[in-house]
Amino acid sequence: MAKRNIIPFGPQHPVLPEAIHFDLVTDDETVLDAIPVIGYVHRGLEKLVEKKDFIEYTYVAERICGICGYMHSFGYCQTVEQVLDIEVPERAVYLRTIWSELSRINSHLLWLGFAADAMGFESLFMHTFRLRESVLDIIEATAGGRMIFGCVKIGGVRRDIEGSVLRGIIAKLQELSPHIREITNVFLEDYSTKHRMEGIGVISKEDAYHMGMVGPMIRATGIPSDTRQIGYAAYKHVQFEPATAETGDCYGRCVVRVKEIFQSIDLVRQLVEKTPDGPVEVKVKGTPTGEFFGRIEQPRGEVIYYVKGNGTKFLERFRVRVPTFANLPGMIQMLKGSQIADVPVIILTIDPCISCTER
Amino acid sequence: MIEEQEMVSIEKRDLLEMVASLRPSGYRLVQICTTTLADRYEMNYSFDKDLKFRNLRFTVLPGETIPSISLIYGNAFLYENEIHDLFGITIENMTTDFHGTLYKTRIPAPFAVRVSEPKESSGGADVEEHHG
Repeated sequence: MAKRNIIPFGPQHPVLPEAIHFDLVTDDETVLDAIPVIGYVHRGLEKLVEKKDFIEYTYVAERICGICGYMHSFGYCQTVEQVLDIEVPERAVYLRTIWSELSRINSHLLWLGFAADAMGFESLFMHTFRLRESVLDIIEATAGGRMIFGCVKIGGVRRDIEGSVLRGIIAKLQELSPHIREITNVFLEDYSTKHRMEGIGVISKEDAYHMGMVGPMIRATGIPSDTRQIGYAAYKHVQFEPATAETGDCYGRCVVRVKEIFQSIDLVRQLVEKTPDGPVEVKVKGTPTGEFFGRIEQPRGEVIYYVKGNGTKFLERFRVRVPTFANLPGMIQMLKGSQIADVPVIILTIDPCISCTER
Repeated sequence: MIEEQEMVSIEKRDLLEMVASLRPSGYRLVQICTTTLADRYEMNYSFDKDLKFRNLRFTVLPGETIPSISLIYGNAFLYENEIHDLFGITIENMTTDFHGTLYKTRIPAPFAVRVSEPKESSGGADVEEHHG
């Protein structure tokens, strides 16, 4: 009988861009259990609401994470606006939604690049990142930098995007689309990538649901769970169906993210065509009194923002539950029974964002 | 309003029974959140079914224990360990108990600290510490 071992995985590992640790209990090459250890870089950003007023805190919210930064500022502002009962101008709502979808394309291309790297497919990684640069150029043209920082404020947005630039985004994404298709075909059809993902890290529909998984993780099991369907921001004005796969494995999660890149390109087109003229911000009056659980669909899945105001300029409580935190218990379930060699790819397919988790 | 949210106030003793009834009804556990009030903690257990948001809420005093729901919802253990480490609330019978090592904080239970007076814009209000 093979001897049982505990193999430490992380917190520093080539496949992990950030610090997270797992104790893998193994029997020969098979993982029997995985115990996560987080908290290496926990920053306590939720507690900063005691020192930063609710307007200033937007800057803190968007620094929870780099890739998800825009989504955090957007989700935070939207939740505070609910508490303040502010009606944001329609043009600002559309611009916010366009930036959301650009963030999704950026994030998914980043993930595809990391996935290629984790599978040892360096040329595919480089091609993916080359294409991602074009998306970053669009972001730079609209937000002034490669990250969408400082664009959202409570009551609207700080930067308008000219009509010609908006139309240019559609043209650029249409031009980019066949090139992205070319590389995503490699992810979905190449023997070596399929070999590393098909049948690996499988989780059932029932387990994914009851373990609270979100985003591409749950949609890869066939459950069309997508918070955008609530109809927040401008999503109520556009047509889309949640992208799903049926296999619940690493390949299924890749399929969902690939579908969502093209879905986001289409959503940007729909949004740009419908973006109305008008102001992009309203004046904020008063201080937050009351509470609301805001939720939006980040590239990695549903994120929850709890805001509780007490009538002062400092919030009584701000809490953010990020998708990676929600996906960790399900990931542990997926790791059980897997082979040691597959662990990096399985961990990568939840698209772990430790900055968000260690908010 | 983006969405209607159902806030249900319950007693702590009813928590397990109510949560146990939600799972077969098809609700998923969205999050567990704690808020520090003046002299107690407010617990929020949020669930979702077909994009309908339902929140169970009750309060506990410092030093009170809370039963774990991790036997009903397997993902609850992570939220419960977080609450233990940040707020110092003891949660009984967690399926995976990190015994205070999930987060490595310099101050034990840092979120148990509460401001004693209304805050000023300078942010320089005195604080007192409560380590639950």
